[in-house]
Amino acid sequence: MGMTVAEKILARATGQAAVKAGEVVEPRVNVAMSHENAALVINQFSEVFQGTGLAATVWNPKNIVIIFDHRVPAESSKTATNQKKIREFVAKQGIPNFHDVRGDQGGICHQILPENGYIRPGYVVVGTDSHTTSHGALGAFSFGIGATEMASVWTLGRVLNVEVPGTIKVVVNGQFAPGVGPKDLILYLIGKLTAEGANFKVIEFHGETIRKMSTSGRLVICNMSVEAGATSGIVPADEETARYLRDEAGVTDPVDLLTPDADATYDQVVEINAAELVPQIACPHTVDNVKPVGDVAGTRLNQIVIGSCTNGRLDDLQTAAEILKGKKVAAGTRMLIFPATWRIYKQAMKLGVLETFIDAGAVVVNPGCGCCLGVHQGALGDGEIALSTTNRNFKGRMGNPNADVYLCSPAVAAASAITGVISDPRKAV
Amino acid sequence: MAKVVFKIGDDVSTDTIYPGRFMATVLPSETPQFAFADFKELNARIKGKELPVGSIILGGKNFGCGSSREQAASCLATPGLVVVARNFARIFLQNSINVGLQTVICPTIEAAEGDELEVTPTEVKNVTKGTSHPVVPLPQARQAIVDAGGLIPYTRKLLVQERRA
Repeated sequence: MGMTVAEKILARATGQAAVKAGEVVEPRVNVAMSHENAALVINQFSEVFQGTGLAATVWNPKNIVIIFDHRVPAESSKTATNQKKIREFVAKQGIPNFHDVRGDQGGICHQILPENGYIRPGYVVVGTDSHTTSHGALGAFSFGIGATEMASVWTLGRVLNVEVPGTIKVVVNGQFAPGVGPKDLILYLIGKLTAEGANFKVIEFHGETIRKMSTSGRLVICNMSVEAGATSGIVPADEETARYLRDEAGVTDPVDLLTPDADATYDQVVEINAAELVPQIACPHTVDNVKPVGDVAGTRLNQIVIGSCTNGRLDDLQTAAEILKGKKVAAGTRMLIFPATWRIYKQAMKLGVLETFIDAGAVVVNPGCGCCLGVHQGALGDGEIALSTTNRNFKGRMGNPNADVYLCSPAVAAASAITGVISDPRKAV
Repeated sequence: MAKVVFKIGDDVSTDTIYPGRFMATVLPSETPQFAFADFKELNARIKGKELPVGSIILGGKNFGCGSSREQAASCLATPGLVVVARNFARIFLQNSINVGLQTVICPTIEAAEGDELEVTPTEVKNVTKGTSHPVVPLPQARQAIVDAGGLIPYTRKLLVQERRA
């Protein structure tokens, strides 16, 4: 019987010819990523070794990647002390893959991993961050875990007691209309599946639209697969994956383009015609509360945000800048831009994209998770409304439980910045 | 016998259980002070260790959706507190198992705040309403972690076996 991509990867990672959904396996880990919550991982890791008389050393420092992004530069002495503790651990354990608060190597973990060539098709990737689903964009089985689970991975090099997940096959055909793109597709899908529709399952993406989609777009849809509850979102690797790894991530060794078997078993098949999609908005306070832009157009906005691991890549910034060029952010509305990484920041700077934003009245802040989770810059005031290209609109998400967050694509965000109300970008592009 | 001390609806996110603005606090000994921080009364009772043994927080479906932050599980992991929900989001459920927060999956549960419940491995009896609701057991592999007292002792045992070998 054929296997899905997730089943194939988990079979390889456990040295078996085949596994099937429902089996319990202990896959070896290729990449174990943490950000500032490594502070907790370190604490749990030392507890594991307590009383054993064994030296507390990680299983393989080279497979661990640590990236500071959630609160950079540190917003409080508490965070600064956590970051200091992590730096000391990294030095002590000899972890070579560490991205500190630095312009020449820093940024959001889910963009740092792909753009630096850490991810390969067929890899098992775990991260102490729910949006670790992102890396399925390059054909990996990539999922979020908690800090104690990571401490266990750091100790043993494998994830214990993983149930091989069933897979939902999503087939997307047709060409996006102008002003519509991957973010609208994934918001539409989350609305259709609901916030728990893919809980404990993998979403595997297929169809012409996906094949023609850039890796940047694939990162958007895999990133947000977790908002339907998915363990992982996966785009089976193809020529675009190989191109991205070679041309943009500097990978020189051969890449294995792992694809599912034609007779793989899926729990469910969902078909979507991309040509019929209109811009989508996730309304407060759940990501599956998705409506066509027309239903909420005209909603007055206090803050507009473009950035994050979801939509802070160069093409996102370029799309927004094209709409904003020569225009102004509406009076009474503030706009924040946070590119995903410093590499993207520099590219956007060279292309004049950042200048377009600044001239329009937007504030460009440093790469990092920033206001997406309400811990660093850009918190909302009581009763305020934000429109954001980030990934969550939960109550309290942007730092204030008495504020509303709507989610959208970069095109919707830019078009709405000009008017100060939620607006349809198809009128602007 | 246990009592529903707090009832909350579907899709309760980790931002509700443990708001992101407190994420710089990580140690399990310190996280309860921010549990349900925006629900002042419940927060005060958790923070002040005032919840009696046999207290139940009742959620709907998809409890704990969102972030992987383990604080959302550790902040509730006190003896005698049980979270009963129709189902749980994957990472939250795994974190709960790993850090020793007691969770009960009960897809048909119906109860109100103040209701007395009797929780057994197979069912939740609503004594107040006189109804009974089946419990979905954890998969065996996960139950093994619970039985070991959490993922830290479970991993420690394997560590000792494997590094001494």
